[in-house]
Amino acid sequence: MDDLLQEFLTETVESLDVVDVELVKFEQDPNNEEILANIFRLVHTIKGTCGFLGLPRLGSLAHAAETLMGKYRDGSPVTGDGVSLILETIDRLKEILEVLEEQQTEPDGTDDDLIALLDQMSLGDEAAATEPQSVAPDAEAAVAADIASGDMAEVDEPILDIVERELKPGEVSLDDLERAFHEAPGPDDFTAPEPETDIVTANDLQEPVEAATEPQAAPVAPEPAEKKSADKPVAEKRAVADRRQKERRTEAASKGSVKNQTIRVNVETLEQLMTMVSELVLTRNQLLEMVRKHDDSEFKGPLQRLSNVTAELQEGVMKTRMQPIGNAWQKLPRIVRDLSLSLDKKIDLEMIGAETELDRQVLELIKDPLTHMVRNSADHGLEANSDRVMLGKPEIGKITLSAYHEGGQIIIKIVDDGRGIDAEKLKSKILERGLASEDELDRMSEGQLQKFIFHPGFSMAKEVTAVSGRGVGMDVVRTNIELIGGTVDMTSSVGKGTSFTIKIPLTLAIVSALIIEVSGQRFAIPQLSVIELVRTHGEAGHTIEMINDTPVLRLRNKLLPLIYLNKQLSLKRSEEEVERAAGKEFVIVTQVGSQTFGVVVDSVFHTEEIVVKPMSNMLREITMFSGNTILGDGSVIMIIDPNGIAQNVAADAGAQAAVAGQEADSSGIDQPDPTTLLVFTAGSEQLKAVPLSLVTRLEEVDVTKIERSNGRDLVQYRGKLMPLVCLDGYDPENMAGKTTQPILVFTDDDRSMGLVVDEIVDIVEDRLVVEIQSEVPGILGSAVVRESATELIDVAHYLPMAFDDWLVRHDRKDGVNLQKNLNLLLVDDSAFFRNMLAPLLGSAGYHVTLAASGTEALALKERGIVFDLIVSDIEMPGMSGIEFAEKLKFDPDWGETPIIALSSHAEPEIIEQSREAGFHEYIGKFDREGLVETLREVRVGMEEAS
Amino acid sequence: MSEPQARNQNNGPMEEFVTVIIAGQLFGLPISRVQDVFMLKDMTEVPLAIPEIAGVLNLRGRIVTAIDMRERLGLPPRAEGETAMSVGIEMDRESFGLVIDRIGDVLHLPVNEFDENPVNLDPRWRKVTQAIFMLDNQLLVLLDVDRVLELGDREVAA
Repeated sequence: MDDLLQEFLTETVESLDVVDVELVKFEQDPNNEEILANIFRLVHTIKGTCGFLGLPRLGSLAHAAETLMGKYRDGSPVTGDGVSLILETIDRLKEILEVLEEQQTEPDGTDDDLIALLDQMSLGDEAAATEPQSVAPDAEAAVAADIASGDMAEVDEPILDIVERELKPGEVSLDDLERAFHEAPGPDDFTAPEPETDIVTANDLQEPVEAATEPQAAPVAPEPAEKKSADKPVAEKRAVADRRQKERRTEAASKGSVKNQTIRVNVETLEQLMTMVSELVLTRNQLLEMVRKHDDSEFKGPLQRLSNVTAELQEGVMKTRMQPIGNAWQKLPRIVRDLSLSLDKKIDLEMIGAETELDRQVLELIKDPLTHMVRNSADHGLEANSDRVMLGKPEIGKITLSAYHEGGQIIIKIVDDGRGIDAEKLKSKILERGLASEDELDRMSEGQLQKFIFHPGFSMAKEVTAVSGRGVGMDVVRTNIELIGGTVDMTSSVGKGTSFTIKIPLTLAIVSALIIEVSGQRFAIPQLSVIELVRTHGEAGHTIEMINDTPVLRLRNKLLPLIYLNKQLSLKRSEEEVERAAGKEFVIVTQVGSQTFGVVVDSVFHTEEIVVKPMSNMLREITMFSGNTILGDGSVIMIIDPNGIAQNVAADAGAQAAVAGQEADSSGIDQPDPTTLLVFTAGSEQLKAVPLSLVTRLEEVDVTKIERSNGRDLVQYRGKLMPLVCLDGYDPENMAGKTTQPILVFTDDDRSMGLVVDEIVDIVEDRLVVEIQSEVPGILGSAVVRESATELIDVAHYLPMAFDDWLVRHDRKDGVNLQKNLNLLLVDDSAFFRNMLAPLLGSAGYHVTLAASGTEALALKERGIVFDLIVSDIEMPGMSGIEFAEKLKFDPDWGETPIIALSSHAEPEIIEQSREAGFHEYIGKFDREGLVETLREVRVGMEEAS
Repeated sequence: MSEPQARNQNNGPMEEFVTVIIAGQLFGLPISRVQDVFMLKDMTEVPLAIPEIAGVLNLRGRIVTAIDMRERLGLPPRAEGETAMSVGIEMDRESFGLVIDRIGDVLHLPVNEFDENPVNLDPRWRKVTQAIFMLDNQLLVLLDVDRVLELGDREVAA
């Protein structure tokens, strides 16, 4: 493309954007001469250049617009329609420019419609009022003219939105104006004068209209005396114009030509420069690293200078990439104005912190999401003006856009004081779309509900308007923001408004980073997120403490949650490293958003300027890293992403909360219940465990009291001889060298057995999942208890070792002599409990059949097997105990069989529920005595009945 | 895999392959895809990465992602002290290094003598093999470099 044309396009598009903004301002403040002059100048420049480049369409449009603005500049009253028309013209100019950029020629077509309207406007509304149709060449123009003439009709009415004054056909000829402006300083060295309120004179106002508008106009014009010049002759007006120009010239001279000092640089050139600087930084780092090793190097001095210069160069180049966020906001006032008209709502848009700078790439990417969000707020965030008044809110809705830096991030907030989001409406929308079930919704917090706003295809608008409500939007907004590593959050309160917070990281190519080491590997942590470094040291008071295995650090009377980086990265620390680091760890106090936590690392080296290089696509999914870099010594290291750590931490916490929630739900049938286990060692290092509920007591016996009789070890215990049993593979000789011997006492009825162990390690409550079933008798299997593999001891295996008849005794001390072996069905999904209860029940005189599930039990029924008693667990995966009991309730074969519930839950509702389902009794899972007793009662009842 | 078939119809063209040895097996890589061959030095392991990624290293200012070909092909890991080299490959403006045991010769092979993959080939191999070439004394497995690099999220995308 022609360089000149390219230049023109870039410049013109920019100018038009400025005009857009300025016009909206001007509409609200028609007396501001400075704004008008600025607009005029820009349009004039466009017109002039068009003529030079031979672009007739653009030229004539710009000319017509300029003429109308000339009128305003000259004191004609500014109307909303007039501004709309100029804005429309600007849109048309942009359209033409777009085609021009693609095809390098102006598109075919005519702008007579607009030009006619503009001319008509310039000539005065009187003319428009008298012969509007004849001038308008097409329908569009006719409509616009109608509006124009409509306004004319309203002129006499005092209630008008905008200060409106009757205008008279131009008394200053276009040529004069043209000449005046050519004489004026060119656009390049032109600096807008200070507001000159005296210049905006209410010229030629017709008396009645003046009277009507006076009260509105008066407060704006600081020198009402000037109004007296209303009927001044043309000559005098020209003198005023001359004076104005003179003033402008002097001001331009005194202010100096600041604008001259900017030049346009191709973005690509800048990017390339950035890359080169990055490389330079790397090389400098390498040199520094080399020189560091030689203490008295002659390179030291020059290198220091090189280092400083590089740093400054880097900073300078970085600056070129930074742009004020206001650039992304430029179009918003115009958009809000148009919306305000089309929605018939008065909207106040406030923009705070437009000067906040951010990387231009990032800026480009957030432009559209921002526009969309502001549009959303205006359309369905804010109520209609009348509704607002009814609600007792200020009539004009307000949208506040603000931006500021916070900890290496840019925070952008879009806040409206509108109706907010009604949780109930939101719920019904979610249901309507089938995004969640009612049940799920009931469990959700408000925050979770509001997240649905960002769901694809979700819209809260009641109806589709031209502006929004199509449901394309917020999810796209979120996606776009997340693409650049940002986050978007929303809070809303009904009746008060909605607030969106966007956080965008300043992803710059070069960052200062802390080099740390963990498990022998080095990593970089961006300095921006590091608040401070703490060295743990017992004496200094900084000690890592534990709350239920959660490490924390007391820091200035606050508890800082700690995260071990090696665990987060699944890095193993060698014994030596653990020992070396013990008590001397470094805690990097890190802040991510509002979250502060400490990252525990082994050592901290130094800070280094690193060039962030993007990670390979294959590594992108690892959220713990944001990139990688080459260090001064040439090695590659990964850059830790504090956001990733924070997410992991939060995710962990979330998972825990979810587990906790499930526990509270009491519906966790798929989760085994926590079992309290006694963990001990016997014979080997291997941890072993038995359910604590089975153990009667823990005892230490004097080794000398152990007697050997009949090939068995016995000890006197509570006046009786208690046999001691060693675990399989345990050498009884082990007992010899000790003075006391710890034993676990198991008691059943009046008999006790002592199980010989080496050491009681711990008592742990854990969800017991037998991962590996054992083939070895005496061991039920292996489970992970507190992260260690632990063997579960089958007590039933050892009981007969103590008393041969333990399991076959039939005689009980009570009077009921139960000769008959009753058939009992035990239904329990846990192999552990089946194995534990089977011998117990067997020893109580039952013939036990086992079933691992309700389905399995029902299969037995199908086979025609009949039981005298059924004992069933309540919580089972698949068919629950309750369901199982309900199935049996009216069964011809099993319906009469007493069924006893076994559960670890003792909530009254569950007991009630189980009774309703048909359970005769309800017994706690670990209440062995209770079970046996209950069974006996049921039996007695049965025998008495028979 | 349509590429080699298309070449089969084309009578006579030759293609050049760099041969590499991985766990005793001879593989061929299209020479057009091979940028360079380098020794593995100062490689940094990447925690949490998939096992196929041996690590990242600095090759003349570029960060190269090293792919452990033994892991990729499901072969036993290299024994302690066994030499390893890396073949530099570029894809989508990213640099990769395929970690192999040894580098062999460059062979000119007639395209129309390429054999299709045997149907009973291990699926993991089949996925990355574009063809087999029968050398006099052994078989040469011609690798499809793009497929070899279909790992991690690329794999999902593919």
